[in-house]
Amino acid sequence: MKPDEIAALLGAQFGARILESKPSPLSPWSVVDPAEILPVCRFLRDDERLRMDHLECLAGVDYKDRIEVVYVLYSMTHRHRYALKCLLPRESARLNSVESIWGAANWHEREAYDLLGIVFEGHSDLRRILLPDDWEGHPLRRDYKFPTSYRDMPV
Amino acid sequence: MGVLEGKFEENVFITSVDWLFNWARSNSPWPLSFGLACCAIEMMATGAARYDLARFGAEVFRGTPRQADVMIVAGTVTMKMATRIKRLYAQMPEPKYVISMGSCSNNGGPYWQYGYHVLKGVDEVIPVDVYVPGCPPRPESLLEGLIQLQKKIRQETIAKPKGSKGAA
Repeated sequence: MKPDEIAALLGAQFGARILESKPSPLSPWSVVDPAEILPVCRFLRDDERLRMDHLECLAGVDYKDRIEVVYVLYSMTHRHRYALKCLLPRESARLNSVESIWGAANWHEREAYDLLGIVFEGHSDLRRILLPDDWEGHPLRRDYKFPTSYRDMPV
Repeated sequence: MGVLEGKFEENVFITSVDWLFNWARSNSPWPLSFGLACCAIEMMATGAARYDLARFGAEVFRGTPRQADVMIVAGTVTMKMATRIKRLYAQMPEPKYVISMGSCSNNGGPYWQYGYHVLKGVDEVIPVDVYVPGCPPRPESLLEGLIQLQKKIRQETIAKPKGSKGAA
């Protein structure tokens, strides 16, 4: 499917819950209401015309005024790619986990939690994946203060 | 010659204990497999046929610190790994040696300024015998580091054990 067809399909199915769409040929994306991420993802995976069966990447981005979660989806069946974005407030970056839809989300969401402090509700095992368990703070946040020591070792 | 002349049959020779120990230790420094980043690729190349670490008796990469003599810290030491390095070093039997391979483990390398998660030099947590510069060092450099370590071991004396803590 072409990107604009996917965008039209999403718009027809979810209406105002798709906040914005940019179906450019190279990297098409739609902004989704964070509360609706689960039904939208389930639709993208299960609909016969879409079949987004592969979560290529799930990444968090800190834009200073907001935090974004980007889902890059790919269909092995139809060979098309599409991205979803969720805009979250920096103070309370929480949204539902899509682990129940794509198992690959498990580690990706742990990484986003580890580095940006995004809380994924319903995640089966949300703990740090890269940094040590007793690390303080989330380093990819723009206001992160570099530590001077860790367990008495100078940084 | 002396009082010992003619006292022994053939195939008996005498030497100093120091020389014998140093000969044995310097010619079989078994490394601990310790690849942390891209330096490990060069370390593997050093162990492979073209550069052949076996020429120096150091081809036996051990999977456990209890059987290793030298820890080749090959790569970036993150804070998380630093806690493990301390423990692995403590588990190695004496005499033990450390080769710090590459810029990262020498002083943090490219993570010197903005690496919030990288230890600025493995010598912050364990004593280092030989520093091998490079990013990553070519196999020749690592071999040179190993030869320098062998030279250092040969200067040891059992009167002052453990060369790395100030004796040599």
